Amino acid sequence: MAPRAAARLETLGFDKVHEYRAGKLDWLAAGLPTEGENNNCPRAGDASRKDVTVSRLTDRLGDVRDRVRAAGLELSVVVDAEGVVLGMLWPKQLELDPNLTAEQAMRPGPSTYRPYVPIKEMADHLVEKGHESVPITTSDGKLVGVLYKSDAVRLAASATACVRKMITSSSAS
Amino acid sequence: MPTLIDRETVKKMVQQGAQLVEVLPKEEYMEDHLPRALSHPLKELDREAGEIDRNRPVIVYCWDSA
Repeated sequence: MAPRAAARLETLGFDKVHEYRAGKLDWLAAGLPTEGENNNCPRAGDASRKDVTVSRLTDRLGDVRDRVRAAGLELSVVVDAEGVVLGMLWPKQLELDPNLTAEQAMRPGPSTYRPYVPIKEMADHLVEKGHESVPITTSDGKLVGVLYKSDAVRLAASATACVRKMITSSSAS
Repeated sequence: MPTLIDRETVKKMVQQGAQLVEVLPKEEYMEDHLPRALSHPLKELDREAGEIDRNRPVIVYCWDSA
């Protein structure tokens, strides 16, 4: 739609036309502020926990487990140097041989969700899929936080419903 | 040809006075739009083009590249 609008403006005589082709989804996925009726509706990014334990591929699993327990958590997100999510160390993986690396132990390629998904929709989705927690990432895969089902359900109970459903192939990957 | 720009360039250009124009239907604009964006849906663009300042850069956007 934007390409056609840009082309039409040019044919109408506008000579300084730019197109933000990645558009509103890209803006929302980056967690940037918006204006509008949905502004009062909590979203996955707002509700996600930011104090999660992250680990790198070469970290020793036993060391990761110690850090996770010291933080009072039960999982770790494996990321690269840019913060892109590569895998998850769920409780089951954290119990494996402590001498494995995070890379050897992790569950690679976890499903991730974008920060703009409304919390009510996320809560319903997590309940339906039986996920206890999921990583929230920007559209380029960088970790925003981890959303726990318990947090999502609690917040959804008092949240204003957003108008639009937003879990699509582009908001979950 | 319109110039393709990314998110960071959008921020910079808006700070420098560019006009942001969302071309999605009005109800989708009402739900969520970029800060300071104007609503000029594609179907209304011919009629509403006169409301856009020709002397300042214009940035159009919709949901994504579709």
